[in-house]
Amino acid sequence: MSADPRRLRGAVAIAGVGESDEIGKLPDTSSLQLHMEATHNALADAGLSKHDVDAVFTSGRNMASDLPEYLGIRPRFVGGTQVGGCSFILHVEHAMAAISAGLCEVALITHGESGYSRIAMPAPRWGDDSTNTQFELVHGSVGPPTGYGFLTTRHMHEYGTTKEQMAEVAVATRKWAALNPRAFARDPITIEDVLRSRLIAWPFNLLDCCLVTDAGGACVVTSAERARDLPKPPVYVLGTGECTTHQMVSQMPSFNRWDAAVMSGERAFRMAGVAHQDIDVAEFYDAFTIVPILALEALGFCGPGEGGPFVAGQRTAPGGEFPMNTNGGGLSYTHTGMYGIFTIIEAVRQLRGEGGPRQVPGARIAICHGTGGIWSAAATLIVSTDA
Amino acid sequence: MAEPYTGPLPKPTPETRPFWDAAKQRRLVIQACDDCGTRYFYPRPLCPSCLSRRVRWIDASGRARLHTYVINHRPPRGFPVQGPFVIGIVELEEGPRMMSHIVDVAPDPAVLHCDLPLEVVFEDLTPEITVPKFRPRAEA
Repeated sequence: MSADPRRLRGAVAIAGVGESDEIGKLPDTSSLQLHMEATHNALADAGLSKHDVDAVFTSGRNMASDLPEYLGIRPRFVGGTQVGGCSFILHVEHAMAAISAGLCEVALITHGESGYSRIAMPAPRWGDDSTNTQFELVHGSVGPPTGYGFLTTRHMHEYGTTKEQMAEVAVATRKWAALNPRAFARDPITIEDVLRSRLIAWPFNLLDCCLVTDAGGACVVTSAERARDLPKPPVYVLGTGECTTHQMVSQMPSFNRWDAAVMSGERAFRMAGVAHQDIDVAEFYDAFTIVPILALEALGFCGPGEGGPFVAGQRTAPGGEFPMNTNGGGLSYTHTGMYGIFTIIEAVRQLRGEGGPRQVPGARIAICHGTGGIWSAAATLIVSTDA
Repeated sequence: MAEPYTGPLPKPTPETRPFWDAAKQRRLVIQACDDCGTRYFYPRPLCPSCLSRRVRWIDASGRARLHTYVINHRPPRGFPVQGPFVIGIVELEEGPRMMSHIVDVAPDPAVLHCDLPLEVVFEDLTPEITVPKFRPRAEA
């Protein structure tokens, strides 16, 4: 590869983050209103007004022009990359590229989804003549709940990964949620609870699956120079990576590892110039309990097949050796349908020391990582208090 | 007479039409590239390995292995099977993988295993659409 992204290390920073006013089940709030609230709160957090925003990045079922219209913003740079739930993590990389190229200065990345209440949510997209209907849905598959299981079953077969190890993730994540007043599901659960919850699509029981909620989330990215003049301490972008390998899960290149995440992680770590042991806190998209386990392997925190043993013994729980999904994750905090933005919001709060009861002491470097589609896309983001 | 099929129903496109026409004749076809030799599925008019247009349809043997699977407990609306059923990623003897409904097998992880030998069977959904499914086969 001739391109060398390392010159972009530390060029931009995240200056503000925010969620919608409420998250959870919100029958009186449309998807666009969720965007607007999150944007309002993220800009206030950044100490900026909407008039400072000259770039808007968004994803989901709306056109990228819908949201600027609703907010009354006329961006000079627009990003609408849609690769599923991690899209907003890719948007950080795209905003970094645009800002560094001098095409814009203050980028808003925004998400709003009425995932539970379905208010102002355009209809699903697969037509009868889509490849998805012709070659997957006709066989009785239903998207993520079936799709994510294929890699899981093969991983169990090849490496002996167990449902108990997957349940460890659900239990540990719930413990973090108990420390987050905004989390949707906060009651403690046990490994047995996970294994005995009803089957959705084997190998997933209900408590292996993320929530379905209504929420918005946003962040503001600007040049490191400008971020230093804003009220909150900048959270610098050290490394980014992205990759897509397929759209239909049946076209996934391999079913025993997550190739897109291997690719995104390699570049993010190379660009950031940090080692795995330098990472203080990890925010990994947990659409299903298996996903962070595979992320740990793909990003190199452990070897192939070692993700299950890695999370055993509540290693990722509060007080554990590897703090992961400290907001309670998609499993217990919120999951609208596209969780990626919330990994960024929580990483920023942890690095600013705003975590309250769930604060990881002295956190200086965080990693965000997300999946999009059905293991189809991956995005990695390494951020730090120091440039 | 069975109930009319009301589940997800494929509508062929120009590049997938030969696959569905063959399925109606109870033939499983895939594509092969004359330039680089890649055999692939799903149907596309250019080879996904080298983008050559010199591709042709070939008959697959119908023998395959269950590369991996899930057991869906919540069938999509209109799907003809009630209760849990098996969906596999099937690896054809010729190499390509495809998703398929696995029939004639208990939806039980205790009896299913990855790499289980399979063979194709065909099921008519409507007068226009016949879909390939797979069932266990005895190893020769």
